[in-house]
Amino acid sequence: MRTQYDHADVARAVEHLTASLAAAFDPAAPLVVVGIRTRGQTLADRISSLLAARGFAHIGRGVLDITLYRDDLSEIGPRPMVRPTQLHDEIDGKPLILIDDVLFTGRSIRAALDALSDFGRPSAIRLAVLIDRGGRELPIQADFVGLSLPDVPIEHRVNVHLTETDGEDEILVEPRTVEPRSEKPRTA
Amino acid sequence: MSHHKPHSHSTSPANAEAPRAHPPAFRWTRKHLLGLESLSAHEIEFVLDTAHSFKEVSTRSVKKVPALRGRVMVNAFFENSTRTRTSFSLAASRLSADVVDFSESQSSVTKGETLIDTARTIEAMGVDIIVLRHPAAGSAELLARSVQCSVVNAGDGAHEHPTQGLLDLYTIRERFGKVAGLKVAVVGDIVNSRVARSNLWGLKKLGAEVIFVGPPTLLPRSFETLGARIVHDLDSVIGEIDVINMLRVQFERIQTSQFPSVREFTRLFGLTPERFLRCKKDIFVMHPGPMNRGIEISSDIADGPNSGVLKQVTNGMAIRMAVLYLVSHAGAADH
Repeated sequence: MRTQYDHADVARAVEHLTASLAAAFDPAAPLVVVGIRTRGQTLADRISSLLAARGFAHIGRGVLDITLYRDDLSEIGPRPMVRPTQLHDEIDGKPLILIDDVLFTGRSIRAALDALSDFGRPSAIRLAVLIDRGGRELPIQADFVGLSLPDVPIEHRVNVHLTETDGEDEILVEPRTVEPRSEKPRTA
Repeated sequence: MSHHKPHSHSTSPANAEAPRAHPPAFRWTRKHLLGLESLSAHEIEFVLDTAHSFKEVSTRSVKKVPALRGRVMVNAFFENSTRTRTSFSLAASRLSADVVDFSESQSSVTKGETLIDTARTIEAMGVDIIVLRHPAAGSAELLARSVQCSVVNAGDGAHEHPTQGLLDLYTIRERFGKVAGLKVAVVGDIVNSRVARSNLWGLKKLGAEVIFVGPPTLLPRSFETLGARIVHDLDSVIGEIDVINMLRVQFERIQTSQFPSVREFTRLFGLTPERFLRCKKDIFVMHPGPMNRGIEISSDIADGPNSGVLKQVTNGMAIRMAVLYLVSHAGAADH
């Protein structure tokens, strides 16, 4: 199993994703591109620019923080930082592309769909992910995939690093180093 | 009516505050919020940054997130406070928690016993958070030691009112883009004020200078040891301060010998139009409410462009949402 993908691999995956999106949507019609914090947001920025370069003239932008919609809030222990959700354009009645870095259990996407429904009613929501690594716990599938990694063992992590947040573009498949969530440290 | 028109102080919020970077390892671990004295500057900023995110929720068409779905919050108020209670209730509703109000005026039973027995009874009904307002200083801490659920102090005697302190900090930070280096005057009945104390702890931790202003009977010298500058003459500092926080004149105390007459108080310590003219152009005027218009603050100033009074109310919602969210299942126990 390959465990490392470099910036050229990331670029190819992003390009592949963009090409499939460009083929599926009308460049003359409104389109909303929303990324899930944090790396989905960076990917959404990149893909929006690439789509604009391909002639998409009416792209709305947004970033979604799903912390408050997670179904594992009672399990994750001490609070992580909540960030604002920012949808700069009306999402009602337009097709919306939801972007995340890695699709695994599907729970983040479930949370994102709940969050979006509090903001409006897009004409359709499509899911685009950089990596589909399998391992779904919910009936959720991606409509557009940059890179498929179906053979990653369930106990491994797929870490996407992007230049904007991590200094360089790479994908690392690693054994889990941190404790699984359910085994949070106990105090007496 | 010869109303002195306040000069046109500008309040352009040039510095819309943005969340600071926190070390990635930082996690909120406190199960209770009892006061600001025990919080670190980092923890305070973490609450303010979290509140910044929650403020966005209140701007949505659906003003509700499911973060505390299935949780129960009780407002246990042993003193009347419609606004604080309403603010906590709305904050809890916006997080999808269920809210129960439990109000009881003080009975003749020993306060400590009543409080703990009452709290345990409430807790036995399956409550996750108790928001406590009580006339006895230290009651929130006592409660936190007696129950398993989270306790949020909504004012305990003259001790602390941490969510008021936090919302004041938030509002100041929102207005100036920072807290450090500002000169903040808290004016009025300091000795009886939990708001003054929570302001002091929070402001000092974030690097502001705190000036307590009031008559010697309501502002003993001993407050100096807490780290505040003590001033008995408001006019001596009026031109140098960036923020003025006018405490409410508490009429229940006004008959005592500690208190000057209302007219004398207004003349010496009220924010009058004449005094306002000697303030910095961009002075930020705050008041925890409810205001006594014409006594500690003139109506024109309270409603004027320098006033942050309504912003304090709006921000109070966001602060209380953040606090309720953070103390719920905070993981590691606080006590």
